[in-house]
Amino acid sequence: MASVAAGYLPILLFLGVALVLSSAFVFLPMLVGRLTGTHQPNPEKLAEYECGFPAFEDSRAQFDVRFYLIAILFIIFDLEAAFLYPWAVSLGGIGFVGWLSMMIFLVELAVGFIYAWKKGALEWE
Amino acid sequence: MTALFESWGLPYDWAWFVSTMIGILVIALPLMLAVAMIIYADRKIWAAMALRRGPNVVGPWGLLQSFADGAKVFLQETIIPAAANKGLFLIAPIITFTVALIVWAVIPFAPGVVLADINIGLLYVLAASSIGVYGVIIAGWASNSKYPFYSALRAAAQMVSYEVSIGFVLISVVLWTGSFNMSAIVEGQRAHIFGFINGYGFNPLLFPMAVVFLISAMAETARTPFDLTEAESELVAGYQTEYSSMSFALYWLGEYANVILMCGLNAILFWGGWLPPVDWAPLYMVPGIIWFFAKLLFFFFVFSWVKATVPRYRYDQLMRLGWKVFLPLSLFWVFLVSGWLMLTRYGV
Repeated sequence: MASVAAGYLPILLFLGVALVLSSAFVFLPMLVGRLTGTHQPNPEKLAEYECGFPAFEDSRAQFDVRFYLIAILFIIFDLEAAFLYPWAVSLGGIGFVGWLSMMIFLVELAVGFIYAWKKGALEWE
Repeated sequence: MTALFESWGLPYDWAWFVSTMIGILVIALPLMLAVAMIIYADRKIWAAMALRRGPNVVGPWGLLQSFADGAKVFLQETIIPAAANKGLFLIAPIITFTVALIVWAVIPFAPGVVLADINIGLLYVLAASSIGVYGVIIAGWASNSKYPFYSALRAAAQMVSYEVSIGFVLISVVLWTGSFNMSAIVEGQRAHIFGFINGYGFNPLLFPMAVVFLISAMAETARTPFDLTEAESELVAGYQTEYSSMSFALYWLGEYANVILMCGLNAILFWGGWLPPVDWAPLYMVPGIIWFFAKLLFFFFVFSWVKATVPRYRYDQLMRLGWKVFLPLSLFWVFLVSGWLMLTRYGV
């Protein structure tokens, strides 16, 4: 129980409890519904919801490419934030050189950000 | 608590297990109760601001409204649309609710009162809450219906956009504390300003980040000025449209659990968590947990207030705010805060 990993054991237990709880919340009402007789599916009820009209077209249609762009930009900036975390906790130890290196990195990132901005990747109209 | 069970004659491992399980239940069950009551509070505040009376029929002052809703929802039929991907359709609410619960494992309620006092607590919060996106996007995809699908796309884009600026805001806080540990972050705020004011939020250099975090938290949890994922007039109920019964309620519970979490994070990261606002001995007579919940509830009131008074953003405005305002601002603030610390604390 002395290792670092032991500190995470309560989280693992919590994960188990949370999974059991939420699964119970999903599956128990299905059982209750069958026991109380509220479970009465029919084709109209099981059809997809479209404000009362019969559904037309496939719902998995094409969608705006900007959502992909946002996802790609997110990956870049989130990865970059992941580089910043260890730097942030050790700033006192790495001194001025460490700080300056990260600032150079941030400037490069800012250049990329400005490029994406100028290219219109952040525009929604 | 482990020691108590050991004194009853249990071996150490079992004593640890039992006390940890009790700790988990003491967090999870009151959390669900708190969510029920906070939904009621939300509706009451919202009603009061619109000069209505809100729920007032079930129980005294309508206090039992949420429980009546819960019972109704529990006894409802679970409808799984014929076109849906059934496995994913059922897994999605489980993911959402599980993630909303497990984040609470590292939240310190009072000095030492935390389930898992891990050294990277803040990183864990960030990691766990980003898994929440999966619950949303899987729900939208598995429903195989237009409204949930578009809503899930919007929600996912919105959540990841604001997560970026939240990440940078957290770096400013971590820079100042020098630790990811939540308890260390709270302790770092003791006597932060002029030697007697507790809280990073009172620091002029960090206050703008506190504001950015508050607004990003609203966007991250899709609260009203940013509730583009639901927008009743456009997308019915958003990605939950095809859900019914308790699966639907799990999204509500998860959403409000996340809202409470974000209010708690506001309190912990910027306003001193369990510490009283001023470092003055008589104020420490009030237990830390009361200060923490007072701050949490204050921020929840702010969330409700904003929900009741601010009109909804357009989607392009939302994206503009996230990417063109908050991201450059918080990135610049990382430079500013780290530069200031290099100058004053670490010496160039």
